[in-house]
Amino acid sequence: MKRRSLFAASLSLSLAMMVGGTAHAQNANTKVLRFVPHANLTVLDPIWTTAYVTRNHAYMIYDTLFTEDAKGQIKPQMVDSYQISKDEKTWTFKLRSGLEFHDGMPVTSTDVVASLKRWASRDAMGGILATFITDYETPDANTFKIILNQPCGIVLDAFGKASSNVPFIMPARIAATPGTEQIKEHIGSGPFVFKADEFKPGALVVYTKNTKYKSRPEAPSAMAGGRPVNFDRVEWVIIRDTQTQFNALKAGEVDIIEQPSFEQMDALKKTEGVRVENYAPAGMQFIMRFNHLHAPFNNPKIRQAAMVAMGQQAYINTQVGVPELGRLCRSMFPCGTTYADEDTGYFTGVANPAKAKQMLQEAGYDGTPVTLMRPTDLASIAKLPLVAQQQLQAAGFKVDFQQMDWATLLARRAKKDAPAQGGWNIFLTAWTAGDITNPLSMAMLNAKGQNGWFGWQDEPRLEYLKGRFARTTEAAEKKKIATEIQRVAFETSTHAPLGQYISPAAVRTNVSGMLITPGVPVLWNMKKN
Amino acid sequence: MLQFLLRRIVAVLPVLFVVSLVVFLILRLAPGDPAAVIAGNSATNEDIAKIQVQLGLDRPIPIQYGIWMANVFQGDLGFSYYLNKPVTELIAQRVEPTLSLAFGTVILAILIAVPLGTLAAWRLGGWLDRLLSGFSVAGFSVPVFVIGYLLIYLFAIRLEWLPVQGYKSLSGPSAAGPWAWMRQLILPWMTLAMIYVALIARVTRASVSEALTEDYIRTARAKGITESAVLLRHALANAAVPIVTVVGIGIALLIGGVVVTETVYAIPGLGSLTVDAVLNRDFPVIQGLVLLFSVSYVLINLLVDLSYLVLDPRIRY
Repeated sequence: MKRRSLFAASLSLSLAMMVGGTAHAQNANTKVLRFVPHANLTVLDPIWTTAYVTRNHAYMIYDTLFTEDAKGQIKPQMVDSYQISKDEKTWTFKLRSGLEFHDGMPVTSTDVVASLKRWASRDAMGGILATFITDYETPDANTFKIILNQPCGIVLDAFGKASSNVPFIMPARIAATPGTEQIKEHIGSGPFVFKADEFKPGALVVYTKNTKYKSRPEAPSAMAGGRPVNFDRVEWVIIRDTQTQFNALKAGEVDIIEQPSFEQMDALKKTEGVRVENYAPAGMQFIMRFNHLHAPFNNPKIRQAAMVAMGQQAYINTQVGVPELGRLCRSMFPCGTTYADEDTGYFTGVANPAKAKQMLQEAGYDGTPVTLMRPTDLASIAKLPLVAQQQLQAAGFKVDFQQMDWATLLARRAKKDAPAQGGWNIFLTAWTAGDITNPLSMAMLNAKGQNGWFGWQDEPRLEYLKGRFARTTEAAEKKKIATEIQRVAFETSTHAPLGQYISPAAVRTNVSGMLITPGVPVLWNMKKN
Repeated sequence: MLQFLLRRIVAVLPVLFVVSLVVFLILRLAPGDPAAVIAGNSATNEDIAKIQVQLGLDRPIPIQYGIWMANVFQGDLGFSYYLNKPVTELIAQRVEPTLSLAFGTVILAILIAVPLGTLAAWRLGGWLDRLLSGFSVAGFSVPVFVIGYLLIYLFAIRLEWLPVQGYKSLSGPSAAGPWAWMRQLILPWMTLAMIYVALIARVTRASVSEALTEDYIRTARAKGITESAVLLRHALANAAVPIVTVVGIGIALLIGGVVVTETVYAIPGLGSLTVDAVLNRDFPVIQGLVLLFSVSYVLINLLVDLSYLVLDPRIRY
């Protein structure tokens, strides 16, 4: 009897401890968010690389001067107020007081200027802005000025751009590193602190709550407003295999998958305890880029014929495969964004092989093979070239289909040699909407010839219009110029937009508060029950 | 014996030199440029050229090789282009998961396969032998990822006994304790052990069955020794050399990286480090890993050779 009582007492105690332990564990669990990023985080410097995963990491730990709100408008973030002089050539910015880096040092105007200079040395839009800036001044620790050589309409757009490269603010001693070298310390003033000692490349990235973060008083709105943090700790769990990501989410081992595969969408929707959330409605855009240096695409008429051969629906069906996630959009600027315009002339986005064939004949196409590159290891775009091959062949192009890994493709697309000597004619890729909403940030509109973006289009009209766009301060005038830029871009066939798509996240149902953004998965404002 | 050891160790040096040279040349001459990968989608040729200079990739290949070799002699394998961390540190972070996976798998496989193979050899053609043959065919032919997903579905999703993925460290500041470590590895061990059980059991069966036909076995039985002693002390002991050889090769292969298993279970081992480095053209990491793999292959072979001395007293070096 005694033994039985002892056994019962032990059992009760064990159960009580287990229950207590479970409650404690559950409470601790709600304070930790586990997030599976779309790629392995390898580079930690958001200026040195444009990789989206690095940009997303940077948003965790750094802050920016300005950023975009839910309406796509640029709003102050670290900046408290700013003034523009009457001649519009001097901009004076006041920082919010009390901003502090994770190492306890205050954020000063010197840090801001050093960070902006480093950013401008690498970012295309930052580089354009730098051509307007004659001087930076730091009258006091909380104030900085930029002196321009002429009025400029892109100061706020550039400082507030949400996608790579973002002008993140770092301590001046770190920002003194040349833009072509990686920084070695990762100290920001953002809502989370990067735990360098817990960083296990390829496995785990750990952030803790920045308890000293001075959130803005406004309600969160996309990237702008307050950045309330409801977790003590955020872990980025690197899981490469999409099936394992799915299993881990289902088992509750992780809370969010940033980019589950399209093939899993149906299963995710049917899985108990999981929901699919579209946090980036502007999504991404597939594009096809021509090499303007070599035959046959050094002939604008042949480029136009290739554009007419392209049908967006086939790209969406093949690469995305989930009808509700794809969208036909003829505009080069993503539909749903400020400068989008579907008045695209001859480019309809619907494949017309018969017309393309006729245009090809009229252009005098001599059967020169088109070297089309396919990255076999990049699942997110690997199917696109298969569609391009079919559509080009249907229009009468002779296609030299070259398959390679992404790293080889990146190296080959930088080669200006003729296709037969190791160069190329066409590659396809995808851009997040945030990178191509503006004519100055859209790489394909870089028409500086040999010094331009891969494909090396030489089109002075585009560069002239971009210059006007940069100088214009009126929104309506900017829209007009952007429309004209797109008209010239289609006329000269810079590239073909091949459809827009969204890539929703998969989230556990006990997690809420995911903000709608221009493509950046931000982890502030989120809660876990 | 000492002379043998010295001879083998000295013989490693030219092997390492040739391997390092060949790998260095293959990497530099193969298509793909780390600077282009780093520069990203919106870069220009000028950006790529600047990064090439910063990484030292603009220098002639013989000079690049000379610098790398000089650093290797000082114990410096260089820095990862991407992570900006010493290659030795990156490899050190991945060694524990890989060794845990490799040795756990091999121990599990030995514990299952050697008794199974011995019993199957003892009763050749019996039900156990036939079962083992069937299992071996399945173990060899079913892809590892299929086994992995099935085990995950059963033990992690349906029964919720074990975690789906991840690795918990056994040592260092983030050590989670032996039980947590083991829980994470049970499914990967089971997954990989399927192949190695099939392999080792087949070799054990063949070796033991051959040993059982020898005259000394008949003599032992004639002397009235128990069947278990015949099997363990005479047959299995004499069949040990090929079994140990296969186990040695198994360990070497497992250390070289089991990418699929690491991927399915999200284990940050040397295999996934190798794949990432190759895909990104992270030359210093690839070169460091190749050196490590070469050294470990040579060392494991050496240990296997030395084990022959213990297992078969007739062998002398």
